[in-house]
Amino acid sequence: MSNGSIFPLRLAEVSFAAGGRAIIDRVSLEIEPGPSTIILGANGAGKSVLMRLMHGLLNPTSGKIDWNAPERPGAPRKQAMVFQRPVMLRRSAFANVAYALKIAGIPEPQRGALVREALESVGLVHLAHRPARVLSGGEQQRLALARAWALHPEVLFLDEPTASLDPSATREIESVIKAFDAAGTKVVMATHNLGQARRLGDEILFLDQGRLVERASVGEFFSKPRSAQAAAFIKGELPWT
Amino acid sequence: MSEALKTAFELLVSLDAKLVEIVFLSLSVSLSAVVAAALLGLPLGAAIAVGRFPGRQVVIVALNALMGLPPVVVGLLVYLLLSRAGPLGPLGILFTPSAMIVAQTILILPIIAALSRQAIEDAWSEYEEQLRSLGARRMNAALTLLWDTRFSLLTAILAGFGRAAAEVGAVMIVGGNIDGVTRVMTTTIALETSKGDLPLALGLGVILITIVIAVNAAAYLTKELAQRRYG
Repeated sequence: MSNGSIFPLRLAEVSFAAGGRAIIDRVSLEIEPGPSTIILGANGAGKSVLMRLMHGLLNPTSGKIDWNAPERPGAPRKQAMVFQRPVMLRRSAFANVAYALKIAGIPEPQRGALVREALESVGLVHLAHRPARVLSGGEQQRLALARAWALHPEVLFLDEPTASLDPSATREIESVIKAFDAAGTKVVMATHNLGQARRLGDEILFLDQGRLVERASVGEFFSKPRSAQAAAFIKGELPWT
Repeated sequence: MSEALKTAFELLVSLDAKLVEIVFLSLSVSLSAVVAAALLGLPLGAAIAVGRFPGRQVVIVALNALMGLPPVVVGLLVYLLLSRAGPLGPLGILFTPSAMIVAQTILILPIIAALSRQAIEDAWSEYEEQLRSLGARRMNAALTLLWDTRFSLLTAILAGFGRAAAEVGAVMIVGGNIDGVTRVMTTTIALETSKGDLPLALGLGVILITIVIAVNAAAYLTKELAQRRYG
């Protein structure tokens, strides 16, 4: 497997503790490119922390996380992440995307076209020159997707990207995510929203109290969950989705 | 008293040559000190804000404490450095505006560094994950934050300017309050008041307060406008 791809991603007995409490508890799994992966679980199950460990924002307390081809420091990243609350720089929407390209070492003359392409993919070209921080929440989140997408990463981590958005903004974000998925980027998304998991996911990683309890295809997971926790979660969550 | 106020007002309105010269020297000394302290203090504040090094907390506490440096003590230290027998004596700048700039720079450097450190560290806690996710190194992140907090940093710089323009102890000691050479607004006010010549002192007092208020109003407005425009 030395085809240059950063996949597969392997986690071996990964734990993460903070304040004496295990937030992620001995998780082992392998993630392949292709089907989009939903990390599902209740609040506090460890979804965000697991994604941050994969993305390299946190270091595991124990265990190992290995990408097939580790990233070289300084080289453009082949993975990107969109957070629940987008963090926009105090500059235009255009400049926010261009900033990511600059950090990745893309020479200035090539940036303009890439930025325009990224803004087009999320339907924000008409707002390119507005200051990013005065855009609406949904627009900011689409801009965050454009910024993450500008370099066509191999994997895109999404941490509850629609948790603080209204239904119409949520639909827009979901259609952008689908388009990225269709364009060949591996999507790994944390959510506690079952409807969203069904709409966007191919497979489910179900977390409960920091442990990986179940891994199944979306159809299988929702029709016949194998674990009692997953069954209870599906039952409990359904009325609100 | 009312007589003194009236004369002060006349001095202001007629743009009395002596008064203008004193105001001009004051501003050029304090603005030079602000530029020097900002050039040193902003990068220093940014480095401490995003840096991780042993003794960081000690540095932060020390920097905050130094914000309250007594001007006369700074004046004394700079005097000792620059006096003929001192280590920097050969420069021969004691009792010149250059010495006053050095003293005020030292006085306000901790103010600008400490306030910018605070502003940048607050921004860093908001931006850190995003910037690291994009692959930004700490050096890049520090520069990004300096630019992104530029309106807050303006406030830090102006706090430094206010302190420099208003202090009397340091410039008195290292400048010597020499008429036409190192006499600035605050030292003139101190001298003329003790001599009993109130009009010039009052006139300068009015100008000093006006400058400080105007500068702070400008800073406030800039920040408000920027907030509305850039969020």
